[in-house]
Amino acid sequence: MPNTAIPLEALRGSGADIQAIQIPYVRHPDQDVAEPVQHPVVIVGAGPVGLSLAIDLAQRGQPVVVLDNDCKLSTGSRAICFSKRTLEIWDRLGVGQPMVDKGVSWNLGKVFAQDQSLYQFDLLPEDGHERPAFINLQQYYVEAYLVERALQLPLIDLRWHSKVTALTPRADGASVTVETPDGDYRIEAQWVLACDGSRSPLRGLLGQESHGRIFRDRFLIADVKMHADFPTERWFWFDPPFHPGQSVLLHRQPDDVWRVDFQLGWDADPEEEKRPENIVPRIRALLGKDADFELEWASVYTFACLRMDRFVHGRVVFAGDSAHGVSPFGARGANSGVQDAENLAWKLDRVLRAQADEALIDTYGAEREYAADENIRNSTRATDFITPKSEISRLFRDAALALAREHEFARRIVNSGRLSVPATLHYSPLNTPDGEVFDGTQLPGAVLSDAPMRRPGDAATIWLLRALGSDFTLLHFGPTPAWAIELAGVTNLSIASEGEAHAAHADLLDVQGLAAKRLDARAGTSYLLRPDQHVCARWRRPDEAGVRAALQRACSATASAV
Amino acid sequence: MLLSTRPNLQACDDFYEALIATHQGLETAQSHALNARLVLLLANHIGHQGTLLHALELARTSAGFAPAVAELAERGAVTPVAPVHAAA
Ligand SMILES: Cc1cc2nc3c(=O)[nH]c(=O)nc-3n(C[C@H](O)[C@H](O)[C@H](O)COP(=O)(O)OP(=O)(O)OC[C@H]3O[C@@H](n4cnc5c(N)ncnc54)[C@H](O)[C@@H]3O)c2cc1C
Repeated sequence: MPNTAIPLEALRGSGADIQAIQIPYVRHPDQDVAEPVQHPVVIVGAGPVGLSLAIDLAQRGQPVVVLDNDCKLSTGSRAICFSKRTLEIWDRLGVGQPMVDKGVSWNLGKVFAQDQSLYQFDLLPEDGHERPAFINLQQYYVEAYLVERALQLPLIDLRWHSKVTALTPRADGASVTVETPDGDYRIEAQWVLACDGSRSPLRGLLGQESHGRIFRDRFLIADVKMHADFPTERWFWFDPPFHPGQSVLLHRQPDDVWRVDFQLGWDADPEEEKRPENIVPRIRALLGKDADFELEWASVYTFACLRMDRFVHGRVVFAGDSAHGVSPFGARGANSGVQDAENLAWKLDRVLRAQADEALIDTYGAEREYAADENIRNSTRATDFITPKSEISRLFRDAALALAREHEFARRIVNSGRLSVPATLHYSPLNTPDGEVFDGTQLPGAVLSDAPMRRPGDAATIWLLRALGSDFTLLHFGPTPAWAIELAGVTNLSIASEGEAHAAHADLLDVQGLAAKRLDARAGTSYLLRPDQHVCARWRRPDEAGVRAALQRACSATASAV
Repeated sequence: MLLSTRPNLQACDDFYEALIATHQGLETAQSHALNARLVLLLANHIGHQGTLLHALELARTSAGFAPAVAELAERGAVTPVAPVHAAA
């Protein structure tokens, strides 16, 4: 088996072990056949997005080939902040727990201006969620745990040292040329999923481009190893005394590593700034002159907010950084890419099983292009606030900061990055609009909120998101209606509050009443959830015809209905 | 709700005098800083998005410039119904 070439122990090792992994080249049997072998799904790129997508598809029973040009996992400083939603998705993929165990969980952020603390914010100000607002975890750990999971799934065929160099799309698939240390070979794919990162060679091979804005600013990103007693919070400074006129961001990572992010301005010379003799004094200015630290990694970045006009090009579908890129303030890059993956996985699975028309893939495009726009809007606004582009925007920025010292309203205006939350897919053609009045946030298009539950006769907490089916789920606040049991591909979950008449027969007990509260549910209310845990319809009193119509709509609407 | 431009100030001369007096003794740059705070304070008091966008538009066209905020007004709000952890 090609996969066994990966040193499994190293995947659970320290950061140094993981970054040192060099996966040996293994010749694949597909290279020794006269006619190119046919595969249903070929994923290009084994980054966080390609791996999440591969795992999701394989868990749904689809065989996937994953091609990556490299022989290493992510090295150096890349993503560190992974959001609650990403963890919930990874829980479904069987990798949430190792991420949380290794990662540093946090909910609090603090904002400083000059030498004063302005305010602090809590990204998860309520109890009753399994996962924190964020964990910080180096991207190489993330990729290692994803690879480890992928290796457990026999349907995933992971091929390293495999660079895609040509792509010939056709109406029913594409022909893919793969370059290896042994030469080139071709494979045929019904679907090619381009998860090949921001520079996306596949985008170029299709003659496509990303459009958007590049920000005229530079940032020094340094990972520093040290013992420090800063709390596990996101700290952001505007114009601090130790780095006047610019911003600084500090984050804790596992293994006593700290991420420091210094805004440098557009005039900074990236080559000069990357030299340790220039970095160390900047860090010393922040930590104090006696600080004892070691520089792990540093790089200088400029940021861009870009996206492809369309993510779906026939049988070639783009996801993650290949489709869209955002500036890092808000931690939206990998987090939104993992949401792309989960949106695409269930839809492609249905299409491959001939349970849905290909048009369902167009709704992946519509939904995730909408989400990308939202991410780019948030990210652009944060970057514009941090780096004002005109005298007048600096004036308002400084006014907002000054007011924020005393006035709560101005703290809402201060924007040091609106941290990643899943997009609410308001205009999705897959949603069935409400026929009755509901309160709260759980409207069609929203991701279901978690809540603690237990099963009758069992004291252990079981989280609502974990109890959902892998296909569609109907949550009934009350007994499951008899007709609902007949629905194909639907998991019914009957929810009761403690002490209610049908509690003994319920699937889940809403121990703190949080599910009912968050969903504005009364006796008889039902919610229909998609396989990606987004709400797609809800009723005060569902009937069979209404639910069947909503199910049909959630699997078959075409993008033209947007 | 559009911005009301009907006369509404309780004591317009007194207000105007107070506005000018508030800027007394300030350099132009300092006056700009004060005005920016004033805009943010009043905007928060008004709160309503449509009213505020209308005010931005009126201010700009009254100064003789073509509207700039049209594009802004067309875009929907970002996750207006956000999960609770978006409350930053
Ligand atoms: C400094 C920095 C900080 C960041 N912080 C955060 C953060 O805190 N949170 C967050 O969510 N995001 C963050 N990001 C963004 C995040 O790193 C990316 O969004 C994420 O890596 C995208 O994942 P991906 O799988 O789409 O692409 P990538 O991770 O880029 O993976 C693409 C893969 O495709 C492979 N590939 C490329 N070309 C080919 C080819 N021709 N054939 C085969 N394989 C190919 C590459 O080798 C690579 O393995 C940060 C980024 C940077 C740079």
